Amino acid sequence: MMRHLASSVGAVLFALGLLVLWQVLAERQFISPVFFPTPGRTLAELYRQIAEGTIWPPLGATALRMFYGWVLASLLGVVIGAAIGSSRTARDFLEPLLEFMRPLPASAILPAAILFLGLSNRMAVSVIAFGAIWPVLLASVHGFSSVEPQLLEVCRALRVTRGQFIAKVAFPSALPDILAGARVSLAISLILAVVTEMQASQPGVGHNILLAQRSFRSPELYAGVVTLGVMGLVANHAILKVEERLLRWRAPDGP
Amino acid sequence: MRRRIRGASIPIVLVALWEAGSRAGALPNDTFSRPSDIVVAGARAFADGTILVATWQTIEAALAGFAFAAAAGVLCGALLGLAPRLERIVGPTVDALRPIPSIALMPLALLMFGFGLTMEASVVAFACLWPVLLVTIAAVRGIEPRLLDLARTLEMPFGSSLRKIILPAALSRIVVGLRVAVGVSLVVAITVEIVVNPRGLGYGMIIASQSLRPDLMYAQLLWLGLLGWGLNEALSRAARRWPGAQA
Repeated sequence: MMRHLASSVGAVLFALGLLVLWQVLAERQFISPVFFPTPGRTLAELYRQIAEGTIWPPLGATALRMFYGWVLASLLGVVIGAAIGSSRTARDFLEPLLEFMRPLPASAILPAAILFLGLSNRMAVSVIAFGAIWPVLLASVHGFSSVEPQLLEVCRALRVTRGQFIAKVAFPSALPDILAGARVSLAISLILAVVTEMQASQPGVGHNILLAQRSFRSPELYAGVVTLGVMGLVANHAILKVEERLLRWRAPDGP
Repeated sequence: MRRRIRGASIPIVLVALWEAGSRAGALPNDTFSRPSDIVVAGARAFADGTILVATWQTIEAALAGFAFAAAAGVLCGALLGLAPRLERIVGPTVDALRPIPSIALMPLALLMFGFGLTMEASVVAFACLWPVLLVTIAAVRGIEPRLLDLARTLEMPFGSSLRKIILPAALSRIVVGLRVAVGVSLVVAITVEIVVNPRGLGYGMIIASQSLRPDLMYAQLLWLGLLGWGLNEALSRAARRWPGAQA
């Protein structure tokens, strides 16, 4: 217990030490304050944004864009994954195409998406969905194709229809895989939301960071980076909580 | 054989419809350029070498960032994996830095290094560092403790025990992290080029799209897909060759 406490105190001291070192170096101008504003100024900027409320509109825009893209990716991923995972024919038809598209960086389809949809929110959401679909898709293919064979036999014996089988047996049994994939997708969605904002000038935290850089307002830039880090952390925790809830029926580590 | 035919059928039908549609004028030519035009534009770009230069610029930056991240990640990961107490102290700071999207650091890198190779490679390195670092910590911690006891008994200096015992024992798992990082490096390099950095394939695509050359843009996109696919195949083949690297 004591050792545990000592190491967490150590962890806090280490993080604080780094910040203090940075503050001192920046104040003494060992490192250029243009590139590295002191942590104090970054925090003050963050505090100012929160106090004035200017932090919320871009944060909300980015979060919403990320959320829409993620939902679209998850829905499509589960549907296509279910088709591929439970039908040999669908797998034969779709797999080679998807294998070719999967390693494409999502940002690479940005130029094509801009041609089709213009600099719009719809474009941003589709690019996010394209990039974020893969973890969910692969996870749900795996989940749907590894349904317990005994369950399959029971269903066949009970003459359960295919639709019922998917809804009642296959989907719940694939759910843990799907949720794990969805968590990775969420992280990708945040990154792509920032990318689309930077490239397509959509309002949001990513766009603000780029604007701050162009006018050399580095405290604002750092404040934006911190905001994005916190968003990633919060999103990850939120989906972990949802995961816990949805998977309560699963016996925790045991027979 | 039947699987091959089925797998090829959707792309072939789509391309045929696309070609027929744009020849009949049903598809606007400024967004859907004809597949035949795309092939021609690609062949031209290869013939005058522009696409190869751009490809090299992208790969150069991805490799430089990856190499830095691999070296730093393996070294720090080995240190932290061997010293659990140190890891408990540094770990939370690492966990706080990790969720920062690497792309968010792009403006910062631009401010520090300006346009060019260094800036792109630094963003790639930041993105690649985490998978390598985390996997190395886990791999080093999973080393058979008796091997480490042996190094201690022989009073090996840290450098040689790292080289002779720790890395060989943990390598098969570290390779998994490196493989993830290679994929990340290409994606991040392309992204940086598309958003800010005026070099490489990503920039080429943006320029082609903005100068209303969709055929050239699609050709580059296709080439990029082939590159990514080839890289993926090569890596999974290498992983299969590597004894014990399957994870």
